[in-house]
Amino acid sequence: MQNELSHLDWLEAEAIHIMREVAGQCSNPILLFSGGKDSLCLLRIAEKAFRPGKFPFPLMHIDTGHNYQEVIDFRDRKVIELNERLIVRSVEDSMARGTVKLNYELEPRNKYQSITLLEAIDEFEFDCCIGGARRDEEKARAKERIMSFRDSFGQWDPKNQRPELWDLYNAMTHKGENIRAFPISNWTEMDVWQYIEREQLELPSIYFAHKRDIIRRDGAIVPVTEVTPPKDGEIVENIMVRFRTVGDITCTAPVESHADDVQKIIIETAETRISERGATRLDDQMSEASMEQRKKEGYF
Amino acid sequence: MDKTDSLLRFITCGSVDDGKSTLIGRLLYDSKTILSDTLNQIEKTSHKRGLSAVDLSLLTDGLQAEREQGITIDVAYRYFSTPARKYIIADSPGHEQYTRNMVTAASTAQAAIILIDARKGILTQTKRHTYLSKLLGINQFIVAVNKMDLVSYDQETFNSIVKEYEALFHAISVNENNQFTINFIPMSALNGDMVVVRLDNMNWYQGDTLLEILENADSQSTNSNLAFRYPVQYVCRPRDSENKELHDFRSFMGRIESGRIKVGDKIKSLPSNQESTIKAIYIGDQVINEAISPQSVSILLNDEIDISRGDMLTELTNTPSITKDFNATICWLSEEPLNQGRVYKIMHTSKIAKAKISSIFDKIDVNTLSSIEADKIETNDIANIRIALAQPIMSDNYFDNRKTGSFIIVDDSTNHTVAAGMINNIY
Ligand SMILES: Nc1nc2c(ncn2[C@@H]2O[C@H](COP(=O)(O)OP(=O)(O)OP(=O)(O)O)[C@@H](O)[C@H]2O)c(=O)[nH]1
Ligand SMILES: [Mg+2]
Repeated sequence: MQNELSHLDWLEAEAIHIMREVAGQCSNPILLFSGGKDSLCLLRIAEKAFRPGKFPFPLMHIDTGHNYQEVIDFRDRKVIELNERLIVRSVEDSMARGTVKLNYELEPRNKYQSITLLEAIDEFEFDCCIGGARRDEEKARAKERIMSFRDSFGQWDPKNQRPELWDLYNAMTHKGENIRAFPISNWTEMDVWQYIEREQLELPSIYFAHKRDIIRRDGAIVPVTEVTPPKDGEIVENIMVRFRTVGDITCTAPVESHADDVQKIIIETAETRISERGATRLDDQMSEASMEQRKKEGYF
Repeated sequence: MDKTDSLLRFITCGSVDDGKSTLIGRLLYDSKTILSDTLNQIEKTSHKRGLSAVDLSLLTDGLQAEREQGITIDVAYRYFSTPARKYIIADSPGHEQYTRNMVTAASTAQAAIILIDARKGILTQTKRHTYLSKLLGINQFIVAVNKMDLVSYDQETFNSIVKEYEALFHAISVNENNQFTINFIPMSALNGDMVVVRLDNMNWYQGDTLLEILENADSQSTNSNLAFRYPVQYVCRPRDSENKELHDFRSFMGRIESGRIKVGDKIKSLPSNQESTIKAIYIGDQVINEAISPQSVSILLNDEIDISRGDMLTELTNTPSITKDFNATICWLSEEPLNQGRVYKIMHTSKIAKAKISSIFDKIDVNTLSSIEADKIETNDIANIRIALAQPIMSDNYFDNRKTGSFIIVDDSTNHTVAAGMINNIY
């Protein structure tokens, strides 16, 4: 028996511990599940944390309505396979209620997920949402605690976070307040891929290189879909691409790639010079502080 | 268990503007961890502010308020890897006002890089952060004398700071029995001297570069060599009536905070003092024969005993104290002073208990490193107190076991974490 854990074993042990703290301290938690790679890692962690028992929380997807069908099909299959409960709340319902108002018809809906999420938190009185955010994704996330307190308006106050010492996590809340728990905070994109490889996790097919119609717009690759049609004069190409994240179709761009299995993706990830969000999120680059702003307003 | 590599957690600390954030930026930049779009972004921002060179501190100072003021307010966590290991860096703020955030960063670190501005030498915050790092049990120190470019890379300046720091370090009489390593290194985080590459401004320095020191630092947690401590976080009872095997299944879930365990080992459950033996150990549905700290596992016992969250499994002879009364050193983190008349809550391992501060003994004056009399405790104070609990906890002294000797104090009207505590004498 070794005396030291490998870095993946260490990260896994930490994540399991965090999830069990949520289960032990919170009375009505939820796990946010999108079908994406980070939340698939969370599900594997939840299995390791709670099997042979059931998960002590349901899963919830905040659906933007702008999805790749493969991802939704995958999500539903996964839930059946795990025999757990899935709640879906959709931004389109919030639009119908008039609580989300788009600025224009095909506006990316990622940021409106906050509103739908806060509505769902109110509806079910969740006191904790477990999410798959990682600190290496973005500079505001790099500042966030593992158990991050949100007030009754869902707001994050980055200048006044609860000190978080050792592995003693304070998830206490009053009614209406909420904790966001991030068990894979300390994982990087590379760790996620290495974990997917080690655990042989199945992923939605759009993560692997495939042929797709795209257009090149302002240096980004924009997939051609119903909600992202080519503009006049733009040339549609059919090239090999893969997605590094899955999200609202209108703002998630693929990267050119021939990596059609996990090992090849790991090699590409090691060599890439562009960050996950930089390459693939068309909406985060607009303002230097847009993630921080969103988190202050209730985003994951 | 696939052992391919290891993991090292370290902090950067020291006084305001000593260059902590810049150093981390430099480490990430020279180890090629920064990706080109991130670099473009900070180049643009530096440009907008009329700076001639790229401001590497923008890599960790991620909050709007930090970027506007050019200071660090809260800890930023950054990651990089070499072929040898993965690193988790916590960049802590230098301002006294944000000491609580430095304590957060230090509590999980295995090594501390203490930065000192070569022009200014040792300042109060240098002392405070050294004191806190030692107090929290960090035993690997790397003292980086930074901004050597501003003192013409002068060896004498470096030598005299080294001397002064050594005296300071030894004057801090906490955890004196720890095995400390201290490395001193002259550096310019701005230019990159001695961070990842040597460059040739300081050929008089023969020691390792910062990255070389980090690569050789000890990443092994000594916890696996300590006595077995297993705070129960959660009890798994599937109560699955369709599945016969699961009908009576009951496992105890937790993290091995210290020590190791294997199937067949005798254990004791505290505080009830009932004994049993290990029937099986699982991670998820995978059966394993033995496990070590800090693995998160699930344990089945051979006897039916009543165990719930907050209880602790331990070995038979080397057991923690079951106590409601102890002394501790605390760091007061809240803006609101301690109110001795109030009942607080403490969180210790997986246990929550009501607590009263029964006495305040003294405070540490960080400037003189001496003890001063105290009757109240305010933000950033380091104080020795006695605590009385309503329910017992299973505890060791912090010096013997960081996991079972640490606790936090929570104000249950706001639910804020108001203090960090280290147990040092159990009645
Ligand atoms: N000349 C010179 N300037 C440096 C060096 N390292 C840092 N600086 C400058 O010192 C200033 C403060 O650097 P920071 O990295 O923000 O300092 P800090 O220690 O992180 O400050 P706080 O986090 O607010 O306590 C910046 O203007 C840096 O460019 C160095 O080696 N040489
Ligand atoms: Mg800083």
